[in-house]
Amino acid sequence: MNLLNFCLALPLVGLSLLLAIPAHRRALIRQFSLAVTILVFVASIGLAFGFRTSVEGYRFQTDLAWVPSLDIRYHVGIDGMSLWLVLLSTLLMPIAMLVSWRHIDRNVKAFHAFLLLLEFGLIGVFVALDFFLFYVFWEVSLVPMYFLIGVWGHERRVYAAVKFFLYTMAGSVLMLAAILYLYNATSTFDYPVVVSQLSSGRLSFSTREQTWLFLAFFVAFAIKVPLFPLHTWLPDAHVEAPTAGSVILASVMLKMGAYGIIRFCLPMFPSVARANADWIIILAIVGIVYGALVAMVQPNMKKLVAYSSVSHLGFVVLGIFSFTQRGLDGAVYQMLNHGISTGALFILVGLLYERRHSLEIADYGGVAAPAPNLASVFMIATLSSIGLPVLNNFVGEYLVLQGAAQANFRWAIYAAVGVILSACYMLWLYQRIFFGKASPAISSQVRDLGSREWAALLPLLILMIWMGTATQTFLPTISAANARMLDASKKNVEFHVMSLPEAGESTMKPTAFKELRRAR
Amino acid sequence: MPASFVPRTVEILRFLPELLLTVAGTIIMVLAPIRRLRSVGAFAYLAFAGLVSATIAAVAAQSHPGFSFSGMLVVDAFGTFFRVLVIVAGLLIVLCSVSYWRREGSDPAEYYALLLFSVTGQCLMATADELIMIFIGLEISSIGSYILAGYLRNDRRSSEAALKYFLLGSFATAFLLYGIAWIYGLTGTTSLVEIEPAAASLLRAPAAILVMTAAALMFVGLAFKVSAWPFQVWAPDVYQGAPAPVAAFLSTGPKAAAFAVFLRVYLTAFGPYSQRWAPLVWISALVTMLVGNFAALRQSNIKRLLGYSSIAHAGYVLVAVAAGSDGGAAAVMFYLAAYTFMNVGAFAVVSHFARRGERYVEIQDFRGLAERQPGTAALMTVFLLSLIGVPMTGGFFGKFYIFKAAVDAHLIWLTVLGLLSSAVGAYYYLRILVAMYMQEPAEPVNTLPSVPASLKVVLWTCAVATILLGVFPSFVLRLATGPHVFTGQVLP
Repeated sequence: MNLLNFCLALPLVGLSLLLAIPAHRRALIRQFSLAVTILVFVASIGLAFGFRTSVEGYRFQTDLAWVPSLDIRYHVGIDGMSLWLVLLSTLLMPIAMLVSWRHIDRNVKAFHAFLLLLEFGLIGVFVALDFFLFYVFWEVSLVPMYFLIGVWGHERRVYAAVKFFLYTMAGSVLMLAAILYLYNATSTFDYPVVVSQLSSGRLSFSTREQTWLFLAFFVAFAIKVPLFPLHTWLPDAHVEAPTAGSVILASVMLKMGAYGIIRFCLPMFPSVARANADWIIILAIVGIVYGALVAMVQPNMKKLVAYSSVSHLGFVVLGIFSFTQRGLDGAVYQMLNHGISTGALFILVGLLYERRHSLEIADYGGVAAPAPNLASVFMIATLSSIGLPVLNNFVGEYLVLQGAAQANFRWAIYAAVGVILSACYMLWLYQRIFFGKASPAISSQVRDLGSREWAALLPLLILMIWMGTATQTFLPTISAANARMLDASKKNVEFHVMSLPEAGESTMKPTAFKELRRAR
Repeated sequence: MPASFVPRTVEILRFLPELLLTVAGTIIMVLAPIRRLRSVGAFAYLAFAGLVSATIAAVAAQSHPGFSFSGMLVVDAFGTFFRVLVIVAGLLIVLCSVSYWRREGSDPAEYYALLLFSVTGQCLMATADELIMIFIGLEISSIGSYILAGYLRNDRRSSEAALKYFLLGSFATAFLLYGIAWIYGLTGTTSLVEIEPAAASLLRAPAAILVMTAAALMFVGLAFKVSAWPFQVWAPDVYQGAPAPVAAFLSTGPKAAAFAVFLRVYLTAFGPYSQRWAPLVWISALVTMLVGNFAALRQSNIKRLLGYSSIAHAGYVLVAVAAGSDGGAAAVMFYLAAYTFMNVGAFAVVSHFARRGERYVEIQDFRGLAERQPGTAALMTVFLLSLIGVPMTGGFFGKFYIFKAAVDAHLIWLTVLGLLSSAVGAYYYLRILVAMYMQEPAEPVNTLPSVPASLKVVLWTCAVATILLGVFPSFVLRLATGPHVFTGQVLP
């Protein structure tokens, strides 16, 4: 029972204990689940201390047989990338509980039970090293979120919840088909084994097979990210979800998609990933600009933040498919940044909603006067979100743009438009909500931050500055993991180039050179 | 030869489960006129005792595998698996029925007797190794279930269901019998063990087409029983009209037994022809999944919805049959075990909630169930998630195992289309979840009677089994896989 298993099991143990508490003891339920999630977070910090960048491979591994006859294993472990995503999940879970402390007053027990189950699923997704196990966690995290949106959401919650479930389900069954196909070829579900077989050339698929497999995985992940034309579930789900749901959805669940792309699509099907990089990057850039433009015209502030997510996640995909160390580091860093700054923005929007019971921007104005602290925190989160230097998003966006520029300078130019646009819509939002003269309704309804709300926001504020200034805490481990991922993906490309002659030299050669250049 | 007409003790032992069930059924019939017994609900206890002893006998018989009655029956791991499965399904149905009939104000002795006889027929189907025996088993099973479907005599829908089921069913059985006659004419035998080599010798001859015709005729009969396209039309009407516990029974016991016959006949007798019949099953599987899932999308009656859902699930199982491999057979076995528990569970909730006269069977009647009975709603959620195929439930692992067998048999397109159609299918199960959790109760919270103890046992058994099959599938997998599945092929 190492620390990682402990972190994974604790939410589940907490869940079963929670079910034993009578439903009417709401305060106890809240305190108990908060205590469990804080304990998980404290334990998961231990994971970071147990990490040395020099160590190759996965740390805190456990590898046990689960279904022996099919070689399904309980194989978990973390590397420098998943470490931070696990920490992000465990950090945001107590925060999500804090922000729903008063807001959620119906079915309190079920709400916290679903949050704990969600935490179990989320941690599991980031630590699973077995395809089957990964799929199990991937789907397990879907169910509680469906209920969180559908039961505790706003008016159109049912529509949003069903749409969210079906979109994700449609993508993930394709992934299941691909996993089965891989298993048929390798007789194992073990991720490291499959990757090492692929990169050593002991296992190889034809280009056609690779393309299908890549697409099956990629579509599942792209829906979750979400990549441009597949993003339509996101605004609905984010807007209709309760604050805790929006926070977890935006901060952690979207990262499952990007994580999947880095973890599975890149090292397993590198040549196809490179071959398809162009159109994916075009979609990513379209997403960046489109998300920003749509965000700008939203009258609903939650929807505005939701569309800004589409834009920000476009940067992540751009960074990933630039196939450069910088770009990949930036993408992972941006995943964390987005989790923190957008999480904070959703919390703040939720706090405004709790006070004024409206999400329409037009209903606000002059909030800075009655709630100066709220205004300041919102300002910091806004600045973080638009990528002001010294704050976290700047680092991520800079690295992504640099990586993109290394690969193709034009991409960086187009993507940079998104950065400018993000400043427009965020600052305009801020102006409309906080500046101007406060109406009597605002002055009477909007209180400043209470101590519980400070407790939820302060960790995020600290992280915004920490991640913006002391990148050395985070980047080395991420870089090490990414370097290994990139390395694995290069090995396969050489293999692909060696098999060129039979594919017809005249047409293939230029792309091969381009790939080699990009690989460097 | 005459000496072998006297069955040896061990042969009786292999036949003991059927014997016990028949005896219990007959005793119930004999005691039925005694009014005093009726009032204390003794018949349900009798049926329960009969089924429990049959389960024990079926497990015990597995320690003496082999043939009975000149190769009419065979006890092998495959047969035992299905025999135990249909008996357990029968047990769960009896437990469901107790509270159902008490609520309807009767304790029908004949109902339990018919149920036992029907289970007997299914046991025979599971162990039959000979075509005539299969036919007899199928008829015993069917005739009981025809009557059961129409057991609500005063309900027009129930009578319609029975009539429809009976007419179409007997027509389909006629096809099966015709197919058997063809086989006998072609090979001169009805024993599956002997048909295989005889049919294999015709493989290159022109008569091969006749063997295939016989296989197709038998397919008609069996496809009807499992409600596979194009013979699925009866299912929604019958499931809607039949009493809820009977609908649960029809969707599990007879279906599992028919699939047992399907596998045994097509993998042993028609095994050499697998290249030829597989495309037939392929198409049937695909269309069955699509028809079931798409038609269920627009249903508002839950029993009817579950009827279409059971068509879709038959389609998934057919995918594994189409794989035509040992892995496929194991997948069928596992899936049917999981399906029995999750579907009986779902029907049990429906039957409890329908109340007297089955008045509340629309999806909108389920509104706010989570607030009115959180426990029942949570159990229903487990069953529905399992039917959707969410991990950690038996339904997911079964589906996974089926499509794994399909990929191993290179049925990639069938896998992709099947999985996508199961994603479509998620929608109609979600509608029930939406009604239970996300909509306000339609009537005051306290009008719903609490769950009777016997039904509670069913619900919890089904829920625990569904989750256990999803989290620790190894136990059932071990029973379903291995070299021992069809001993019918290797023993004399």
